[in-house]
This record gives sequence, C-alpha cells and structure tokens, in this order.
Amino acid sequence: MTNDEIYAKVAGTLVEALNVDDDEIKPTATLQGDLGAESIDFLDIVFRLEREFSIKIPRGELFPESIFQGDPDLVQDGKVTAKGLAELHERMPYANLEEFDKNPELSHLGEIFTVDLISRYIQTKLAI
Amino acid sequence: MRWIWIDRFLTFDKAKAASAVKYLTLAEDHFAQHFPGYPVMPVPLMLEGLAQTGGILVGDANDFKEKVVLAKLANVKFTADAVAGQELVYKVKMESLRAEGAIISGEVFADDMLIGTAEIQFAHLDSARSGAIFGDHNFVFTGELSRMLTLARAAAKS
Repeated sequence: MTNDEIYAKVAGTLVEALNVDDDEIKPTATLQGDLGAESIDFLDIVFRLEREFSIKIPRGELFPESIFQGDPDLVQDGKVTAKGLAELHERMPYANLEEFDKNPELSHLGEIFTVDLISRYIQTKLAI
Repeated sequence: MRWIWIDRFLTFDKAKAASAVKYLTLAEDHFAQHFPGYPVMPVPLMLEGLAQTGGILVGDANDFKEKVVLAKLANVKFTADAVAGQELVYKVKMESLRAEGAIISGEVFADDMLIGTAEIQFAHLDSARSGAIFGDHNFVFTGELSRMLTLARAAAKS
C-alpha cells in the first residue's frame, strides 16, 4: 500500500468515526481541535483503524493514556516532564514533537494528534 | 419503572454472539404516548434493548470483571416501525473485544423482518479511576441485569 493510499483510507476512517466532511480532513488538521474528537472517539478510531488495515493496535500505543491521565512521573504542574517527553519520543517516533518539546504543556498534547500523525503511525505499523 | 428492555435470551455464545427477544404489549406505558392512537415502539428503546443484549455479551466475555458502559452508537438505520403485538428479536455479534472496550454489530427483527441495524461501542471504565469513584462494586451489572445474566447463562447451556 502506498502512503497516499494509507492517507486516503485514514481520511475515510476519520470521516466515519468523527462524522465530519471530507473537505475538513487535511494532513495538519488536529483530531480534537479541528475535527472535534472527544475522548471516546479515540477508542472508535482505534477500532476502525484495526478493521480497515487489519492490524492490532495495543492499548496505549497510538494514544498514550499514561501521559493523558497525568501519571505524576510523566506530568507535573500541568507540564510533561523530561521523563514524559523521553517516553513520548521513544513510543511515538512517527510524531512531530518539535513544537511540543518547546512548550510541553499537557493541555497542548492533543495538538500533536493530526491526520498526518495517524497516517505515519499506520505506515510504521504496515512496514513491520 | 424497570429498565429492562429484553425479556429473555434466545442464544448466548460467549464472547461471540447473542440474541434476545422482547415482546411488545400495549400494557407498556410508553405506547400510550408514542403515539396516541398509533402505538409504535420508540427507536431509542429498541437501541437500549440491543445495547443490553450486547452489553451483557461484552460483560460476560470478561466474566463481569469490567464495568461496561455504552460509549457510542454508529451507523444506526431503522427502516420500519415495530408495533404493539409484535415480537422483537435483537441479534448481536462481537466485532472486536479489546482491553479498553468492545464493538458489536446489531440487528433488530420485528416478527422475523429485519427493521434496524446499528453498531454499538462499549467502553470498559478504567478500573483504577472508576474504583476510586465507585469502589469495587460493579454497579453496571447489578439488580435486574443480574437476573438477565442468569437467563443468559441458561440460554447458553440450552
């Protein structure tokens, strides 16, 4: 499967899961901010991606719950700690964390989850 | 009011599929209002029945250790009314079962005619967090639902 084909399937999956229009899906669109995803939608997205691409997505692999839920080792005073950042980099090599590294406030973590991130995650899964 | 929208399990195949029946009778209060002179089973109540059938299938899959809550309905389509006097059958199939929750596909039949389909997602409440709020007691599968579980197990054996 080419990267364009993966992107197109990811876009279709998000249109269904989030009930948005095709033209709202752009590589830079954020799931929560731009596409209106709520926490329960993440589970829906994982379900649909598994089915669409016939892959297994282990719990917390795509959306790292331990950080979202504010594990004190990983998040302090509303900011992701150095340990948390290291964990994000290690677990999400496909994510663009450049901007988040500069101001790692937990409330901004949602902004790294873009349509492009999901596509690149799927690319790495299918490459294995 | 008893919030049970299935009468009996017909089949129960652990973690795979289940079916339950609900008989519609004019004695049910909601028919008086929905609608006066034209008693039609409200679609949300059929979805509740489908969700109870599926929710018990999902809960039983982990031996009721998880607190299963309805998270999201998708692709809900109803094409015909169900009226008092008919027999509703809810058929559910487990599509995916994960640590975080499950997804089931469901069909609703009225007197053997397919009248509705839906996909239902269930979430497992995070055990650490829900434990802090609700304690260890599994408040989802309690009271009337526990009676249905007994019937579900009986259906599985038959």
